[in-house]
Amino acid sequence: MMTPVKNPEIKVKQPGESFFKRLVRQQLFIPFAALALLVIFNLIADPSFFAVTIKENSLGNPVLSGNIISVLDNASELVILAIGMTLVTASSGGQDISVGATMAIAGSVILRMVCGGQVTADTLQMPLFLAVLVGIVVTALFGAFNGTLVAYFKIQPMVATLIMFTAGRSIAAWINNNQLPIMNDISFKYAGTFLPGIPVPTPIFITAFVILLFWLVLKFTTLGLYTQSVGINANSSRLNGLDPQKIKLLTYVILGVCVAVAGFIRVSRSGSINYSRIAENIEMDAILAVALGGNALSGGKFNIYGSILGAYVIQFLTTTLYKYEVPSTALPAYKAVVVILLVVLSAPVVRSKMANLRFRAKAGSTAKEAK
Amino acid sequence: MKKVFCLVLTLCMVLTLAACGGKTGGDTEPAGGGNSAPADGGSDVQQPADAGGELISVGIINNDPNESGYRTANDAAMRAMFTEENGYKATFYNNNDAAQQIATAQQMIQDEVDFLLLSPASTTGWDTVLQDAQAAGTQIILFDRMLEADESMYVAAVVSDMPAEGQTAVDWLADQGLSEYNIIHIQGHMGSDAQLGRTGALDAKVAAEANWNYVTQQTADWDEATARTITQSVIDSGKPFNVVYAENNGMARGAEAALDAAGITHGKDGDVIIMGFDSDTWAMQSVLDGKWNYMGLCNPLQAETVDSIIKDLVAGKAPAQKIIYTPEQGFDAATITPEDVATYGT
Repeated sequence: MMTPVKNPEIKVKQPGESFFKRLVRQQLFIPFAALALLVIFNLIADPSFFAVTIKENSLGNPVLSGNIISVLDNASELVILAIGMTLVTASSGGQDISVGATMAIAGSVILRMVCGGQVTADTLQMPLFLAVLVGIVVTALFGAFNGTLVAYFKIQPMVATLIMFTAGRSIAAWINNNQLPIMNDISFKYAGTFLPGIPVPTPIFITAFVILLFWLVLKFTTLGLYTQSVGINANSSRLNGLDPQKIKLLTYVILGVCVAVAGFIRVSRSGSINYSRIAENIEMDAILAVALGGNALSGGKFNIYGSILGAYVIQFLTTTLYKYEVPSTALPAYKAVVVILLVVLSAPVVRSKMANLRFRAKAGSTAKEAK
Repeated sequence: MKKVFCLVLTLCMVLTLAACGGKTGGDTEPAGGGNSAPADGGSDVQQPADAGGELISVGIINNDPNESGYRTANDAAMRAMFTEENGYKATFYNNNDAAQQIATAQQMIQDEVDFLLLSPASTTGWDTVLQDAQAAGTQIILFDRMLEADESMYVAAVVSDMPAEGQTAVDWLADQGLSEYNIIHIQGHMGSDAQLGRTGALDAKVAAEANWNYVTQQTADWDEATARTITQSVIDSGKPFNVVYAENNGMARGAEAALDAAGITHGKDGDVIIMGFDSDTWAMQSVLDGKWNYMGLCNPLQAETVDSIIKDLVAGKAPAQKIIYTPEQGFDAATITPEDVATYGT
């Protein structure tokens, strides 16, 4: 069932392998190394980066504040998207580039529900969980639309999701009649800011809950196994009694649900929405997180924790750049340099070279045998 | 065969969906849901009373209506004014990308529109469009935003005086008499008229005065979430600041959220002065409530003025002034009244 071609990350323990080589082979090596580099850089440049203080926010609640808290807080949407994106990547060997646009749709739907169609509302017009539920259903449907195109019409994922990428933000604007609704009820903002009396930002809890949920699902269901086998070889999965199309569709629906949660967090931060700007370019960061996590973008075997770590690395990098006052226009350029380095380093070719190089230097003649 | 069929289906879906939501994307659309009959269409065409039976064809190039509350109001006003009932056959195009705007402008000139109404996304790069328009006899009227060109290249401009807006705001800030000004400056889309005008005045003041400093100067590209992140990162760094100068209301709101989260007081009796721009009702309400200190009004409603200029030009009357500035002022938390909010809020 496992073809080594699509699956360069299989760890085969060979006798005489050095510790370094095994370390480099680990899938989580690159994201961990990147994170460690960023941490070391910040420790040297300015250790106060890691200072966390307790402040009192404007509502009189004690809240934690500091760069580390900002990283964990602001990475929330990206982490949740990266989880869904990993599954989609693994099953279909392609990425959903419409997540930013469908986040706008989720946000728009939720705001319309809680504002009851008004432009500004001071109280929730509908129970919050119901509005979020509607948002989840809507984006799950959009996910199903993408998934159908990919699974049943066999359209390349990037092309299939290009449709929603193009149209999503307009649909989001249309849902609210081109108005920018504002929700002033403080309880709407709990999910994006702080719950009363709790000093840790709520998005961190939501993200932890989502991660836990996926850990349980992957541990106790066959979702992970089925997704991988479909991604590695859809035909042989079918011969083994799986329905590859259904599984692909399922992963897109799961991503749709993730998008709704991320969209909810995002609109909940401010209680408003800006259709063309909300979560702009987040799809690229989500895909990057998957790649940084050492997952093959061509599908197959995946490590969801790699993607999660990758998402935190990206946010850590962004926060670091802001901290050193890199002009935000130049931000993408700096980010690109780091990304090129990381992606090249995490390429299987480079990593096996790296491992071999070190191995040879250490154990001279045995290298030939290992080859 | 199957592949071809799939391709056709996909194309259909793409086109249908793209047509559904042409507001932000890149499509031009005729006003009135595609029912705009040709002007010479005969008796079944509903004849407007005041345009001599002939519809005036206008091409309207604006920015993305979802960019901000200001732009939403501006775009809605233009769409409400330039309708068949008012004697126009209008084609609208919305995009924040100046290159796309320029390409569409050239297309509209080739389609021989009578008037081209422009709200350029950037102030430069329009020379060929202006020359082509002149050669084709298309009259250009700028609305909302200026561009860098000789006055002879357009017939009129109904714009906000962005440098004056910036100057009014900076003068107001100077009047607050703080012993030291440590400013978080959050800029709009770089290179746009609004950003240049509002940044220019502040830059000059900071360069001239020893006790005016930038804590940070970053563009958030009109985005609320980015503005929040920028402000948050300054708070996390522990640098002292006492002014947030955001170049539109959405970004000021983002900064406000970061201040609230860190428990930093702001507004009339607070530690930090918050300044925003544009015309949103909710922002004026924030000033009225004393949560913000200042909002520089940028009037989004130029449609009526543009309409009267066009009607005059068609009747053979040149506009009295080439550049008409929309009336604007700054609102201060100490002096704003509920009537101001009702009158100027959009």
